[in-house]
Amino acid sequence: MSPGSDIIIVGAGIVGAACAWECARSGLRTLVLERDFPGGGTTAAGMGHLVVMDDSEAQFALTQYSRRLWSELAPNLPREVEYDACGTLWLAADEQEMAEARRKEKYYTERGVRVEMVDSARLAVLEPNLRSGLAGGVLVTDDAVVYPPSAAHYFLQAAQTFGAKVVSRAEVTSLQPEGSVRLADGTSHAAGRIVVATGPWSPELMPGLPVRKRKGHLVITDRAPGFVRRQIVELGYLKSAHSMDTSSVAFNIQPRVTGQVLIGSSRQFEADDRAVEPAILDRMLRRAVEYLPGLGELSAIRSWTGHRAATPDKLPLIGPSLGSDRIWLATGHEGLGITTSLGTGRLLADQLLGRTPEISATPYLPARFAHGGGTHA
Amino acid sequence: MRKAFQVRVNGKPVAVPPGTVAAAAVALAGETRFRRSPQGTPRGPLCGMGVCMECRVTINGRPHCLSCQTLCEAGMEIHTDA
Repeated sequence: MSPGSDIIIVGAGIVGAACAWECARSGLRTLVLERDFPGGGTTAAGMGHLVVMDDSEAQFALTQYSRRLWSELAPNLPREVEYDACGTLWLAADEQEMAEARRKEKYYTERGVRVEMVDSARLAVLEPNLRSGLAGGVLVTDDAVVYPPSAAHYFLQAAQTFGAKVVSRAEVTSLQPEGSVRLADGTSHAAGRIVVATGPWSPELMPGLPVRKRKGHLVITDRAPGFVRRQIVELGYLKSAHSMDTSSVAFNIQPRVTGQVLIGSSRQFEADDRAVEPAILDRMLRRAVEYLPGLGELSAIRSWTGHRAATPDKLPLIGPSLGSDRIWLATGHEGLGITTSLGTGRLLADQLLGRTPEISATPYLPARFAHGGGTHA
Repeated sequence: MRKAFQVRVNGKPVAVPPGTVAAAAVALAGETRFRRSPQGTPRGPLCGMGVCMECRVTINGRPHCLSCQTLCEAGMEIHTDA
């Protein structure tokens, strides 16, 4: 047994890293155990879109809160994190989607999020490479993007300045309900609390946890500065994200500060391997070219995949597990983990330390899944 | 041997024999800076076989062409250092 930590965080993706930072700077002796290397799992397969979403009031609350934390942090972020407040342009192809854009405008405006309606003519000025004939959309002015692996590294470094210890290549193989972890090398570490932040791999440590792997593909192009200027997402995206079909694609594209163009998105259940699938890639790129005809002229230089950690109600699991109050969860962020990492870290530390959180922590408590929510071996 | 023809490298005429790749034309023009990295440092051909991507130039207005894999054609416009 190693000398005690107050808290052990399993997993150094962006969520674990943000939790480590919040815990360490709140004075907790923090140990982070990472199976591979920090930010190399789901974090490396996220677009890094910092976005306010409105699937539910609880999702809105957590994304709005988290985006605010990001924007407060932005002036301190090193250049490698590539924070860029480019905004999100939600694209309406037709009048039906325009109605959705107007609903979104009203919803966000009522809740203090800055938005701007965009008509067809304005769209052509904002993003000249989009095909003509689109109805318009709604611009969420203060959304941003980051480069997620660098953000995770930054959070871990910040945690270390407050005394946190980060160990890579330390694979946790099991959890003991009294508050210790066993590693693949046979050693054990004890702590007052264990936090499982292993994203789509959480059920391996917590059998029965309602988290499913949802695969996604990404493609990045060579540099083409100015080809797109904002994160652009089709409003039809929601159909894809909500769909329980085995696979779906949606147009979601992002300018990187290097001038490269990052292209998403796909969603697949029951696809647990990480291989790039040409058929999915083909559908995803065809969708993108439908919106941006000139995209086909750029060279794709890399494609890769990763897995999101999907929960049934599209909300993360943040707080004590059902099986043991020594074992806590910070997982299940699906496609919003980069955005909500900061809110998650803050809510987790608030609960651990008995502080009153700025937003209600209740919607994200694992206790909502009273059945099948937190037993472990 | 067939007759040489002209291409232009950054506007400068260069005569090349058929079968010459753009990278060679750039070298004949005396240019060593083929492109710039995202950090602004100079880059030039390394592998010569289309893998390293370091030799990219703009050919006839099209950016990021692999100069080591592109055969010269009469009147081709090559621009470096993008």
